[in-house]
Amino acid sequence: MTVEELDQIAISVRQENAKYDYEVNVCMDLACVSQGSDKLRDALVQAAEAAGKKVLIRRTGCMGPCSHGPLVRVDPDDVLYRKVHAGHAGQIVSSLGGAPVAELQCDLNEHFGSQVRVVLENAGYIDPEKIDDYIARDGYKALLTVLTEMTPNGVIHRITESGLRGRGGGGYPTGLKWGTVAKAAGNLKYVVCNGDEGDPGAFMDRSVMEGDPHRVIEGMAIAAYAVGASKGFIYVRAEYPVAVSRLTTALREARRRGLLGNDICGTPFSFDVEIRLGAGAFVCGEETALIASIEGRRGTPKPRPPYPAVSGLWGKPTLINNVETYANIAPIVRNGGKWFANMGSERSKGTKVFALTGKIANTGLVEVPMGIKLRQIIEDIGGGVPEGHTFKAVQTGGPSGGCIPAELLDVGVSYDALLKMGSIMGSGGMIVMDDTSCMVNVARFFIEFCMTESCGKCIPCRSGTAQMHTLLTRICNGTGTMDDLQLLEELCATVKETSLCGLGQTAPNPVLSTLKYFRNEYIEHILHKRCPAGVCSMQAAVEVLA
Amino acid sequence: MSVEVDVKTLEIDGHEVSASAGQTILAVARENDIPIPTLCHIDGLSDVGACRLCLVEIAGSNKLMPACVATVQEGMVVSTNTERLQKHRRLILEMLFAERNHICSVCVSNGHCELQSLAQEQGVTHVRLPYRYPELPVDVSHERFTADHNRCILCTRCVRVCAEIEGAHVWDVMGRGIDSLVITDLHDEWGKSSCTRCGKCVQVCPTGALFDKSKIGSEHPKYPDFLPYLNLMREAQ
Repeated sequence: MTVEELDQIAISVRQENAKYDYEVNVCMDLACVSQGSDKLRDALVQAAEAAGKKVLIRRTGCMGPCSHGPLVRVDPDDVLYRKVHAGHAGQIVSSLGGAPVAELQCDLNEHFGSQVRVVLENAGYIDPEKIDDYIARDGYKALLTVLTEMTPNGVIHRITESGLRGRGGGGYPTGLKWGTVAKAAGNLKYVVCNGDEGDPGAFMDRSVMEGDPHRVIEGMAIAAYAVGASKGFIYVRAEYPVAVSRLTTALREARRRGLLGNDICGTPFSFDVEIRLGAGAFVCGEETALIASIEGRRGTPKPRPPYPAVSGLWGKPTLINNVETYANIAPIVRNGGKWFANMGSERSKGTKVFALTGKIANTGLVEVPMGIKLRQIIEDIGGGVPEGHTFKAVQTGGPSGGCIPAELLDVGVSYDALLKMGSIMGSGGMIVMDDTSCMVNVARFFIEFCMTESCGKCIPCRSGTAQMHTLLTRICNGTGTMDDLQLLEELCATVKETSLCGLGQTAPNPVLSTLKYFRNEYIEHILHKRCPAGVCSMQAAVEVLA
Repeated sequence: MSVEVDVKTLEIDGHEVSASAGQTILAVARENDIPIPTLCHIDGLSDVGACRLCLVEIAGSNKLMPACVATVQEGMVVSTNTERLQKHRRLILEMLFAERNHICSVCVSNGHCELQSLAQEQGVTHVRLPYRYPELPVDVSHERFTADHNRCILCTRCVRVCAEIEGAHVWDVMGRGIDSLVITDLHDEWGKSSCTRCGKCVQVCPTGALFDKSKIGSEHPKYPDFLPYLNLMREAQ
């Protein structure tokens, strides 16, 4: 495979597509499929045949605004239809060449207007199971450029220059990590992609793996060239069967095209990737636990140092990055580090994908430049809290994150700003809550999650989260006391400062942030046996008083 | 040919001490009679950094480091017993007591228990946390030993000694989080497991979770100090 051959494939795909007068893209992401977009696709194919029109019906990855699904986009007119069902197929096909179907058309200009798509640039435009679709949109061009024109150091320099920081949550500078692994001694090194996305309400990585799997593979191959690795692993949770099957297909296609394997594109660089499945443990997203899991051992974290960059998989230097981090690599290589660094804020560059969920009009996947105000994400892009209710808080960063109240919505999103507010960027889950959410109950939910997902290796996380859950349950059912609250705060401090890994160290964040911004709700529960949001039943308190 | 030994100097609790490169803070502290509390650490086995009692403060970093695995650095200033550390240690010990059913008065290890001694040393006078009172099994199927999970603190010394020293790997951990349990083989009864009956796990167990059936009352001191010597002799072979 050469650059010219790559261009030839792109040209032939375009020629093939040009044979059709229209392209109808059907979103085949889980949310849309669960509402019948697979039947819709079949119906569209039949309708197009019956009408005798030249229509290319393409299945695509997630288009974004899941709450409006199943979604269909008709090109070249760029018309987006929402809540389309198989019954609408005839209408859509007959409208081609004429006026769009008015009742299905959706106006999401505000939703898409402030988004900048880098990671999701292909989402909704390619068939994830066709490598040629990806190549037609500049796919694998970055890998070939790197292999034929750049030194490993040059690649690392470009990534460093871009200011990209790890998208898995920690925000560690990617270029620095690559540089460390590249400098580590040893001939055998590994590249690992962390696809063990487990935060409740987060589905960014799943969408990327399902909608654009080659982007992840290309990013990994570039990383492998930069750090001197020849073997890669993608660690995906088994709860993502579609992602696993799409990745498997993508790997096979990439090998077939000679983009993975020995002597890639006639250069001495060899690289291949294997998929490893997780067995449903949240803690395996922690890098040392992930390594243990890939090695076939019990998924528990180890104290660091030594860091995986020095001693990782089977004791060899190992580069571990998140799915979204790898998905950013190809565009950075293609467009240059400065292009990427021009987006975003002072210390958080580029864009970030967020999974918007909860009490918000447009739930789904959005990609915004760093530094954008939370208010803009929630009100403009997300469409705000539905009628009749008021916004109360937004929870970012999953169980490791915190709740941000309405008065802080004008802060720009960045790693540092979120940390300052008592939350974290995390992998990008964003759960919007309105006045029907009880913040004590929310904190209890997240602590329960951490308690059941704790691996049990270190005491503060194993026992501390269970104790916090007991105390929060007491407060929620009305039997909590002010002493319990004080104990809860002491537990938060100890669990945060003494736990072995990130899971325990961040587990108290939902409690700490709700205590910081919604302390009065805790007090109401304890002193007045009353849940301001009307969520907690206070049953136990009633029984005690009776 | 002379072997170059890289020597580091550092400060622990105001004492200037020297160490060889690669030594852990805990090892250096103990050499110099500076006490650091530990539970999961035992000389002669690998360290896992699980009990978090040996956490120490290092000047210039807000992050607490486990002394059992953190290695010395030149010029490091270590504090092992600040108020902040004492507070954390007491609460961690409280968590351990409240986690399972530790009733010293009826325990074979009463008076010889590492958990009990640590609580006394660290000034844990009472447990403020709600006791969890879990229902846990007692495995008496073994002809010589008993495993009482009510007293287990999941330090995994038994798991490590069995795998690393005896080479049998009978013990392991099952489940996760608060429901974790040490098990023999694939959760078989200890008496029917592949146990070699060497008894090393009983000697290294810091509490009365693993004990010898022939001992009654609190006449059950344990002798866990054989490991470093055993390792030395094995290496010499």
